[in-house]
Amino acid sequence: MVSNNIIQVENLTKAFGDFTAVNAISFEVKKGEIFGFLGANGAGKTTAMKMLIGISRPTSGKATVAGFDVYKNPDAIKKNIGYMSQKFALYDDLTVKENITFYGGIYGLSRKQIKEKTNQLLEELGLQKIVGELVGSLPLGWKQKLSFSVALLHEPKIVFLDEPTGGVDPITRRQFWEMIYKTAHNGTTIFVTTHYMDEAEYCDRVSIMVDGKIEALDTPKKLKEQFKAKTMNDVFLKLARG
Amino acid sequence: MKRFIGFIKKEFYHIFRDKRSLFILFGMPVAQIMLFGFAITNEINNVDIAILDHSKDTYTQEIINKISASKYFSVQQYIANESSIESVFKKGKVKAVLVFENDFSKKLIKENLAKVQIITDATDPNTAQTISNYTNAILQNYQKELNKNVETPYQIITQTHMNYNPELKSVFMFVPGVMTIILMLVSAMMTSISITREKELGTMEILLVSPLKPIQVIIGKVVPYIFLSVINAIVIVLLSIFIFKMPVQGSLFLLGIESVLFIITSLSLGILISTISATQQTAMMISLMGLMLPTILLSGFIFPIASMPLPLQIISNIIPARWFIIILKGIMLKGVGLLFIWKETLILIGMTLFFIGLSIKKYKIRLE
Amino acid sequence: MGISVKHISKSYKKVNALKGISFEVKPGELFGLIGPDGAGKTTLFRILTTLLFADQGTASVSGYDVVKDYKSIRNSVGYMPGRFSLYQDLTVAENLEFFATIFGTTVKENYDLIKDIYIQIEPFKNRRAGKLSGGMKQKLALSCALIHKPKVLFLDEPTTGVDPVSRKEFWDMLKRLQQTGITILVSTPYMDEAALCDRIALIQDGKILQIDTPQGIVKHYPKKIFNVQADNMYELINLLKDYAHQYSVYPFGEFVHYSDKRADFNTADLQSYLTEKGLKDIAIETTKATIEDTFMELAK
Repeated sequence: MVSNNIIQVENLTKAFGDFTAVNAISFEVKKGEIFGFLGANGAGKTTAMKMLIGISRPTSGKATVAGFDVYKNPDAIKKNIGYMSQKFALYDDLTVKENITFYGGIYGLSRKQIKEKTNQLLEELGLQKIVGELVGSLPLGWKQKLSFSVALLHEPKIVFLDEPTGGVDPITRRQFWEMIYKTAHNGTTIFVTTHYMDEAEYCDRVSIMVDGKIEALDTPKKLKEQFKAKTMNDVFLKLARG
Repeated sequence: MKRFIGFIKKEFYHIFRDKRSLFILFGMPVAQIMLFGFAITNEINNVDIAILDHSKDTYTQEIINKISASKYFSVQQYIANESSIESVFKKGKVKAVLVFENDFSKKLIKENLAKVQIITDATDPNTAQTISNYTNAILQNYQKELNKNVETPYQIITQTHMNYNPELKSVFMFVPGVMTIILMLVSAMMTSISITREKELGTMEILLVSPLKPIQVIIGKVVPYIFLSVINAIVIVLLSIFIFKMPVQGSLFLLGIESVLFIITSLSLGILISTISATQQTAMMISLMGLMLPTILLSGFIFPIASMPLPLQIISNIIPARWFIIILKGIMLKGVGLLFIWKETLILIGMTLFFIGLSIKKYKIRLE
Repeated sequence: MGISVKHISKSYKKVNALKGISFEVKPGELFGLIGPDGAGKTTLFRILTTLLFADQGTASVSGYDVVKDYKSIRNSVGYMPGRFSLYQDLTVAENLEFFATIFGTTVKENYDLIKDIYIQIEPFKNRRAGKLSGGMKQKLALSCALIHKPKVLFLDEPTTGVDPVSRKEFWDMLKRLQQTGITILVSTPYMDEAALCDRIALIQDGKILQIDTPQGIVKHYPKKIFNVQADNMYELINLLKDYAHQYSVYPFGEFVHYSDKRADFNTADLQSYLTEKGLKDIAIETTKATIEDTFMELAK
């Protein structure tokens, strides 16, 4: 059954000196799943995510992502995942097209592939008219949609989204989630963090981290039953407040 | 006033908590002075010289013997006339030419006075200076020996002539330059960076919305750096005096006052830079490209102003460092007083007032 | 004497950030500006805190004109800009002391006002601000903005990027602060926070869409709204969007909020449509419009 899990994590730990940021977390993410990775600020989400995308070496524990070991094959992981964060996405001083070409190039797509992908992507997002504009001049919502598409350019098996919708208007936020649904529907696994608790409900399964540990992991529905809460927001408040 | 002191206190926290910048701030002057000091060694050994002896008598022969006997010089060739001096230098091997005048012995005995001319190749200014010092020393010794048995003392007059680089720069000459650059760098770059950092962080917004007056913010930013720069200046002067035995001829007090003046000039430039740049990066680029390079290249620190093309000579006039280096050289090397450098001082004061005025005009009490 | 904004417009080189905005905030009111990034919230805050000039229109803060009396305003308001404006290399205590000093007061003098908030971060008072977690930074920033006992408090997106727990704590603090009589203008992109304000203005693209109480604002939603659920969310959204009579389809947590064009809409029709398309476990029930529904409706 291992082949069905695209992320497999066992007792993964990261310590900085005395401080254990991530404390022996274990979970798995199935292929094609939308996995919500929640937690308060400073609970260790970002640290855990960094280990999974191969840019931070764990202190101990095991983890494989897309079949590759995070210790031995971080480079293979990087090739097989997409990553998008609210803070770093696209270059504001490059045009839409230049950004796409750049990222396509990074992931080793051929010129022809890049051209095809670019056209396909622009059509889907309806951005053909502004292909020559600087990304910096686009509204935030468009930027986020574009950067999500760019993260998918090389057809990764799994995409990591770090607070992809922060500050985005509600309509665009929903359009964004529709894109996520569609991507997941096509078989790509989604690993997402968010501070919007209604978005947590969109996930197939949700984990909640508190002080470096995963304190809850289940479908939103079961979590609500388990914590006798009406919404995920209440679940979160109950858990994180101890 | 309490607000203002609170502000300055905060600035010092920033400075002392940023260990890396602090290290650069105080390490740099030491490193620079050492670099310039030791890279240009004071030792000479077996330097080739040529002799042009117009008299060819016993005294000149004795002097030549003394000189070639010393380990410092080796007499490479004798030349016959003045016109060959140039070609000897151009060949590059000979670093100095000693010229004995006509009837050297006769003049020395009859008039008690004879002349030797030391012509050096000053493209290597430090060696040139040292050669002339050493030659002088040998001649002085010889003169003392002669005078043991004579009633009226003989005098050998030496005339030193520096070919190619009449301004002559050596380690002593570098000290004013290095000091100028460091004061400029610390004052202008650090202030502009510290102000733009507040803009980047967004704290400038809060400071603007606070009852602090803009002038208080500016002065509060500047005071700590005046303090740091003065310390830097003192360190540089102490290093030059104690490690390189550089004599400071003029008044230390005047030196201090002039340094503070130049520090303020640089600070006002720093403020001006910060008013036109939005990020630390821009501030740094402008400071480096706009201030440091012209200061190094056009102030006369490395390239003599007199030998620059005319347009650059004209531009060099607006470089504050140019005037400060003249002041420093005047006080440190020549030992002159305010009487001789009042013009340069006035120019610096004028520039400072101009920069301050401009930055106050440019300083925004709002965000646009 | 709270805040009064009349026909304020402001444009940058290309963008019209604010397009003729007017509203009033009563003294002692907790007023929320709700809108996404780029709606013009920050520009408005900067105009009200005298950091920017408006191109057109006038505004006053506790009776002072933002242009003429900018000095009086600067003395009497507290401002917490969008990015946390603290000195990262200063400790918690030093930051607080610094802001107290530049506003000509002491921490001791106004300790009462910030006690509730500060007490939570006091154990870390010797820690550098840069080492604090997001929630703690936010508490420190609020303490610093309050230390001179301002009459009006401007909070520009204080909870952006902050987790739900810290957000809730923050709003609890605001509620308590309000009781001391301080007028508070707060902006946020989180619609769920809107419900905690006395009154809110929905703002998008430099225009105010609506001003009302949180309870009142949802009444502006023109249609009946339904929660729809099924076994496959993605299919459900697609099918609803393809449905000929749909007026709006938005995922909302575990449900999809659906409204219909027809006045005589019957849920049974929809039920059979969805069943026909192969969905299972379908549930359709009426629900109340939320502020977010209203916002999306108005922003259309």
